[in-house]
Amino acid sequence: MSIARRSPVRTGFVHLALIAYTVIALFPVVLTIINSFKTKNAIFRAPLAPPNFETFSLTGYQTVLTQGDFAGYFQNSVIVTVVSIFFVLLFGAMAAFALSEYRFKGNSLMGLYLAIGIMIPIRLGTVAILQGMVAAGLVNTLTALILVYTAQGLPLAVFILSEFMRSVSDDLKNAGRIDGLSEYAIFFRLVLPLVRPAMATVAVFTMIPIWNDLWFPLILAPGEATKTVTLGSQMFIGQFVTNWNAVLSALSLAIFPVLVLYVIFSRQLIRGITSGAVK
Amino acid sequence: MGSLHLTSIRKSFGTHDVLKGIDLEVKDGEFVIFVGPSGCGKSTLLRIVAGLEDATSGSIQIDGAEMINVAPAKRGIAMVFQSYALYPHLTVADNMGLGLKQAGAEKADIEARVAKAANMLSLQSYLKRRPAELSGGQRQRVAIGRAIVREPKLFLFDEPLSNLDAALRVNTRLEIARLHRELKATMVYVTHDQVEAMTLADKIVVLNNGVIEQVGSPMELYNFPANEFVASFIGSPQMNFIDADKLGIAGAKTIGIRPEHITLSRDQGQWVGKVIHVEHLGADTILYLETEKTGLLTVRLFGEHRFDVDDIVFATPEESKMHRFDASQKAIKGV
Repeated sequence: MSIARRSPVRTGFVHLALIAYTVIALFPVVLTIINSFKTKNAIFRAPLAPPNFETFSLTGYQTVLTQGDFAGYFQNSVIVTVVSIFFVLLFGAMAAFALSEYRFKGNSLMGLYLAIGIMIPIRLGTVAILQGMVAAGLVNTLTALILVYTAQGLPLAVFILSEFMRSVSDDLKNAGRIDGLSEYAIFFRLVLPLVRPAMATVAVFTMIPIWNDLWFPLILAPGEATKTVTLGSQMFIGQFVTNWNAVLSALSLAIFPVLVLYVIFSRQLIRGITSGAVK
Repeated sequence: MGSLHLTSIRKSFGTHDVLKGIDLEVKDGEFVIFVGPSGCGKSTLLRIVAGLEDATSGSIQIDGAEMINVAPAKRGIAMVFQSYALYPHLTVADNMGLGLKQAGAEKADIEARVAKAANMLSLQSYLKRRPAELSGGQRQRVAIGRAIVREPKLFLFDEPLSNLDAALRVNTRLEIARLHRELKATMVYVTHDQVEAMTLADKIVVLNNGVIEQVGSPMELYNFPANEFVASFIGSPQMNFIDADKLGIAGAKTIGIRPEHITLSRDQGQWVGKVIHVEHLGADTILYLETEKTGLLTVRLFGEHRFDVDDIVFATPEESKMHRFDASQKAIKGV
């Protein structure tokens, strides 16, 4: 539809819907952040009010930063997330390249097999995974988490990336072959830069569930040295008493690294360098 | 340096035969064009020569050396693609030099050869730019430059002009013709555009349904088409085909006469007919007639002529320019 024919009423409704959605989406985040700066009494008395002179308090943050090794938990979360994303992107892109580029027997069956993990939650296999990790001596290591998260992220990565790689011009790859580039060089130097927006999408979709996951850290790596941020925050939630200041502060802090990673990836989403390669 | 010898090349995708035994000899320095309708296998054949597709069977020799199991980069070829296929993240100079760099050439040598090619194609001022900053015509010149830099035995062109607009197409065509004269290199060129084929080629290979219909110089194909397919494919507007029985000509099944070999008169001639459509092109006037004897007949007159729809006219073919075809659509020679 042309812009000229768009009525102000219609535009208004669109904006109203979008604003409503934004409010709903941001509400819990804002609530977490404002309450993390309030005293415990204020949190319960007026949970929606922003902190003022009377209610402002940093006790939550003090507790978080002094009790337990929060810096260490952060580091664990960042290592697990970044390394898992790296492997998901690397192996996912390689599998996707093979599926989209080479004709071999059972190609589409293999594609289906690799993508079927999207439909089956990996948590169903928790018992077997735990047994495997115990047998391999990987319990209470970050490696265990990285392996599981890589497996968890791969199906979606293979699925999305193979669709995108099919759209990369064959002529470009063939030009590379004639110029003497190896298949690896074609993959790393021609194809990967062109599917960068898709890689960023996959990275975002992979990152968030890993960062927020409580299940596998709790089961595979509950030791003090390998705790992630989500697991670390749990120590403030007791069966009878919960230190809400600390929980909210920990969660507020946990938002920032993931926000930074998201900003980095979303810049890639916008930047398309395909233009000019092929008509 | 740069002959190409194809012997019974076959290519099948599953049960579908795309190429059904191609034999072809390209001499050193020749400009050969594969032409044919879409899906005739001409691009597949070029890709097999380049090594981008494997032939199901057959032999490819470049300069007498068997190439069937040789990687594309080692065949001594360079290819220009319809979609340009420039590396988007490299500058023009790096695009042109990449092949040499991969082959391990000296940096100074690469620079000299890139500069020489850029000179030939007037690309000097664009060397530091990226493909995204160039126009379509410039991009295709870079792609051609990339081929020149490699100093190949064989240039392969895969419909290089199809993405360019009409004016640019003519310019680039002239450029390619000039390059062929200057480099004296062997070039194999694929197109579906018969004008490109007629204007550029030393030798045209007409392909249809995976077989070679005819090989010859442009004028041979125009004057002596071997069969009805070649006769209809070469020449525009298309040749008229008339049932020989209707004309009372014995010893042939079909008679072919090109639109430009028919004269028109308002008062006398062999075939009387009614004008159903006129196209005024300035240099030419093309008339479509409905005649009793021949059915729909296309006539091409040189210059401007005033005819209107529904005018009654008489058409007369030039006897010496008639083509005769037998029942199997082959041309009958020596008539």
